[in-house]
Amino acid sequence: MNEATALDFNKNARSAVKDETLRAALQRGGAHFQGNRRAAIDTLPEFDRLRDEGRAIKDEVLENLDHYLEIFETNAQAAGGSVHWARDAAEARNIVLDICRSVDARTVNKGKTMIAEEIGLNEFLEENDIRPVETDLGEYIIQLRHERPSHIIAPAVHLTKGQVEQTFRKEHDDLDPNRSLEEPIELVAEARQVLRQKYFEAEVGITGANFLIAETGSSVIVTNEGNGDLSQILPRVHIVLASLEKVVPTLEDASTLMRLLARSATGQEMSVYTTVSTGPRRAADLDGPEQYHVILLDNGRSGMLGTEFQDMLRCIRCGACMNHCPVYQSVGGHTYGWVYVGPMGAVLTPQFVGVDTANHLPNASSFCGRCEEVCPMRIPLPKMMRHWREQAFEGGQVTGIQRRALKLWAYVAQRPRLYHRLARLPVGVLRRLAGRRGRLRSLPMGTAWTAHRDFPAPQGKTFQEQWAAQGGRTA
Amino acid sequence: MSSRQDILGKIRSSLGAEGTSAGKRAAVEDRIKTHRRNTVPARTDRTPADLQKLFAEKVTAVHGTVATVDGMAAAPEAVLDYLRQHNLPAQVILAPDPSLDAAPWADSKLLETRRGKADPDDQVSVTSAVAAVAESGTLIATSGPDHPSTLNFLPETHIVVLPAGRIAKSYEDVWDQLRARHGAELPRTINMITGPSRSGDIEQTLTLGAHGPRRLHVIIVADA
Repeated sequence: MNEATALDFNKNARSAVKDETLRAALQRGGAHFQGNRRAAIDTLPEFDRLRDEGRAIKDEVLENLDHYLEIFETNAQAAGGSVHWARDAAEARNIVLDICRSVDARTVNKGKTMIAEEIGLNEFLEENDIRPVETDLGEYIIQLRHERPSHIIAPAVHLTKGQVEQTFRKEHDDLDPNRSLEEPIELVAEARQVLRQKYFEAEVGITGANFLIAETGSSVIVTNEGNGDLSQILPRVHIVLASLEKVVPTLEDASTLMRLLARSATGQEMSVYTTVSTGPRRAADLDGPEQYHVILLDNGRSGMLGTEFQDMLRCIRCGACMNHCPVYQSVGGHTYGWVYVGPMGAVLTPQFVGVDTANHLPNASSFCGRCEEVCPMRIPLPKMMRHWREQAFEGGQVTGIQRRALKLWAYVAQRPRLYHRLARLPVGVLRRLAGRRGRLRSLPMGTAWTAHRDFPAPQGKTFQEQWAAQGGRTA
Repeated sequence: MSSRQDILGKIRSSLGAEGTSAGKRAAVEDRIKTHRRNTVPARTDRTPADLQKLFAEKVTAVHGTVATVDGMAAAPEAVLDYLRQHNLPAQVILAPDPSLDAAPWADSKLLETRRGKADPDDQVSVTSAVAAVAESGTLIATSGPDHPSTLNFLPETHIVVLPAGRIAKSYEDVWDQLRARHGAELPRTINMITGPSRSGDIEQTLTLGAHGPRRLHVIIVADA
């Protein structure tokens, strides 16, 4: 279930970069999210201070995570909610199934939740004759197409409207085949109409949680469509899937993180709907769920505390890192081969599926550092990818040739004279080989480069030669 | 060992915090109780009149619309005006909210009102909001017998009648108000609403009315 294909990263990447439709979709998405984020930040002079505060909030919570979770549990129960603890994905799936069976649920509506993806919930429910219906538009589209989300906040960012039209025509085959479905507004209206009927059929609604609030025992979700709200107020039972690190102390702390989240994600000041849910409906309420359950999922997170990966638990899942990653923007989310994608996925996936399966991901980085630069929680993503590379090296994941090459490089790099002499050598050779054109059509050990473009020969003298010629002074 | 004990045990051992540490617990409880505010954007440091202006600007920026009336007596006519402008039926589902009772809904011969929760066929809802936040143009609605949450989501058009005095600067100001009103236990649902429903999931094209209302109209009622 929920099998990782991260081992195939290189193969996936090769076919992704040749897919013109995908590249056009990625380019549009990237430019959109980057521009909107910039504009939103430029109108909030306090943004960087909020980032520092956001980081401090999460760091303090992580250092006291046991206490905050216990306090959250006490307050959620006091408000009439049930709290369930799940060590791993299988345990979480079974808790969901037990709750569904207790109310004879046949249909489950889902707001967008990455934890459900992480635990492979949809397939599991289907195997148990319960129909999960995704209600977030992007998630609905990829559910119809039997795909994984390719982005944590824009699951269908890899698709064009033409592809969505095709999917709707195929799946909504009871509708007029001659209807017009070319524009996004028509596609959204059709999804609204189809899903509206389903909202009233479900016995259970499942949402994720952007935050859990210890002070009040509440869960918070953030959406633009309102699907997460209809999914939780119409069915009899509301289940919240949340990982341990979602807890924050107070509503004030959640407010600080909200100011960071939407701006970093979509460039909005606030998402349209931010909803604080506390317990089930009250006796006098006219609507709302009769039962409220929160499932707290560990799935390895407790083991990340106290390690070099603890900072990753500050992540608020905004997607800014992938929106700004040159690798993600070239290959798209599916190439990463599991639930979490882009730089945050390159750090998280090895944690969940093992570095032996996901070793390619922390290597799929140019270390340009943009992910860390835009991360609202200031997570040192490149540093963590380096930790995974080190672990892969120590765990024997690196081939003999790579090992020997690294050893050789280390030997040379520690001997400056030798290094300079060796650096000078290829510069001269390449220049002579390139001749007057100054470019090489092929390189013996660099065919990966020259198969697609010429290699420009180095021009002029090396830096060290120029430095020496100037007597160590800047020109 | 239960999953709960197991997980908490693993957290403590990872943090090097085996055994219960009363001092840490007290510090955490204290941290929660003080409701410490972090940075609140300075953009809301202005007079109440300017705050109302900022709120209206922010609502408009997220594709909501705003009208202003002199008192609750003028609210039904303002609702009718809006419905006429958008060719909508003059039938509304009205929140059973006593704060809306000051308006003469029954006097209007053209406007048909029903009170309660929203049904799938309701086209237009009229509610109040317990507060609003000028910082981002956000309306705050709390669930209760006076305000079923379905009113905020099922109808295609949501009209909010908002007394001007309820416009606060920040979310933090609203949390303090809610704590004063509800004590330790919050209402089941607090909806923070910033504009009408939308999706950008198809080619990042902004499309209004994804699942919730396509139109969000705020009628600000000036202080009497």
